[in-house]
Amino acid sequence: MSKFKKKKDGGQPAISTASLPDIVFMLLFFFMVTTVMREVTLKVKVVTPKATEVNKLERKSLVSYIYIGEPVDRLQGQFGTAPRIQLNDAFATKNDIFQFVEAEREETNPAEVPLMTFSLKVDKDAEMGIVTDVKQELRKANALKINYSTGKTDKIVD
Amino acid sequence: MARRNAPEINAGSMADIAFLLLIFFLVTTTMDVDTGLTRKLPPPLEDPTMDPPEVKQRNVFQVLVNANDELLVEGEPMLVSNLREEAKKFIIGDPTFSDPEMPEGKMTEVPVLGNRMVSKQIISLQNDRGTSYEMYIKVQNELAGAYSEVRDEFAQKEFGKPMIRLEKEAESSKKAEMQVDAVKAVYPQRISEAEPKNVGE
Repeated sequence: MSKFKKKKDGGQPAISTASLPDIVFMLLFFFMVTTVMREVTLKVKVVTPKATEVNKLERKSLVSYIYIGEPVDRLQGQFGTAPRIQLNDAFATKNDIFQFVEAEREETNPAEVPLMTFSLKVDKDAEMGIVTDVKQELRKANALKINYSTGKTDKIVD
Repeated sequence: MARRNAPEINAGSMADIAFLLLIFFLVTTTMDVDTGLTRKLPPPLEDPTMDPPEVKQRNVFQVLVNANDELLVEGEPMLVSNLREEAKKFIIGDPTFSDPEMPEGKMTEVPVLGNRMVSKQIISLQNDRGTSYEMYIKVQNELAGAYSEVRDEFAQKEFGKPMIRLEKEAESSKKAEMQVDAVKAVYPQRISEAEPKNVGE
């Protein structure tokens, strides 16, 4: 067993790993602070189109989302494949939008209500009919600041 | 009475625990920044029966999109990739405002630059209920792009800076803010969206 002889003294001392937890904790805190947990479970498939002239959406707390797309595979048996509107955690029809807008306004500081933005996350294969209906409802509810959610790209192709 | 020292707690596994948490947060983090095209909807009509104001044909740049995602611009079929150039030509218009095909001018007071002729251009966008959202966004994007390019060129010519720099400086400087307002007043973004038609269904 002389192969596993103890190392002779005078070799390099082992590197201290005592500060490893500190480094890891630092990273951990960074990720904990930056993480935004997804608030809603998506029931519709949304692949947003790409555009070049995009702006960043600021003040996330003032943004409410409206999702439009075809139901996820799991729910297609029940709801079919026609694009649907999702508000919060449930499917909705265009008639629910007015109430949704009102509910979102309730939750917001009254001074900041005019700054509220409604972000439309619409699947690129959805048809404009449903999107227009939603826009008309938003107009009726006087929620005029909207944002078409799109990814960023360098070039538009035909 | 010698007190015995409490044995030191082994902190060797601390790193493992921290790593575990770290990996959890790494996996759940989504770093996506929300981006998109911001638009302002027109306020609801008070009287739906009221006729819209008359606009002269020469002041309107008409963009139609049908259910097959085909573009008709001023009566001519067109590809999306050409839309930006055409829209730019229309927005800039004729410098003397005498071309009967191009928009008229109107004397307007513009900050910094004083009174000058401003084009009465309007871009009218109409789509079908069957138009795909992707196509709609492309058209919106090209029109917005046309405006921002025209403004950029104008800002460069008048103030020697591109729009993006002016807007950045506007946060801290009053002068730059006025210049931004001036550029926007000379080339206001007027995209009017008609209620979509329901044909071809």
